[in-house]
Amino acid sequence: MSDNAIEKVSIIISKGSLEGIYPGLIMANGARAEGIEANLFFTFFGLDAIHRKRHEHIKAATVGNPGMHMATMLGGLPGMSAIATHMMEKQMTELDIPSIPEFIEFIADTGAGIYACQLAMDMFKLSKDDLVEQVEDVITVGEFYEKAAGGQIIFT
Amino acid sequence: MTTKTVAGHDIEVNDEGFFVDPEAWTEDMAPALAAEEGIDALTDQHWTVIRFMRSEYAEKGTGPTVRVLGKTSGVSVKELYQLFPKGPAKIAARIAGIPKPRGCI
Repeated sequence: MSDNAIEKVSIIISKGSLEGIYPGLIMANGARAEGIEANLFFTFFGLDAIHRKRHEHIKAATVGNPGMHMATMLGGLPGMSAIATHMMEKQMTELDIPSIPEFIEFIADTGAGIYACQLAMDMFKLSKDDLVEQVEDVITVGEFYEKAAGGQIIFT
Repeated sequence: MTTKTVAGHDIEVNDEGFFVDPEAWTEDMAPALAAEEGIDALTDQHWTVIRFMRSEYAEKGTGPTVRVLGKTSGVSVKELYQLFPKGPAKIAARIAGIPKPRGCI
């Protein structure tokens, strides 16, 4: 193994859309599979991924997302986001990609640390009880940097 | 590619330490391979995972990822990481003499 192999990553998830949440989860899970220490830090709308009532209802963004290859006006029509989400979820199920709630549970079981951002929690008037049980702690940005010390930081 | 001696057998491994020829592997090599990974004693649960890796590879031509191991080996994800802290699928593949499992999930 190379001497400069990555030994630790701390991944920040700041977006609340399907395509905003999954990449960070996949990278955290992949890190643990390689034996790399991993932390996940959820902030701003990314908190929806660990919100008890919202994590099952994460949607793909169809507006302001050129990658969808549809006219912005169409993307804004009622139900378009639900349709796009359904299509993506179907594709992901075929590839055995877990749902967000299952994925968070899985990643916690691999030993990754799962944290929520204190300031975003205050902004959205959330308490730790609103979050899934896998969340270890609600922490400040300073505490995040302490936990991330000695590793790489990835912002998504 | 390098040649190394494991439990008295000369075997070829790639740069990441995975067997080049899974057929060259025998069960008596497992304890020595595990020791190289920092696992001093192989428990029954370790063996469950190692044999599962072998049978999945024989059947599908590729080793299982951690997610597949957790779903189908009978050993939970938490336990897998206790058994193989440095990455269950990867380390168990090295000990089981099969190539590194590929897959992002």
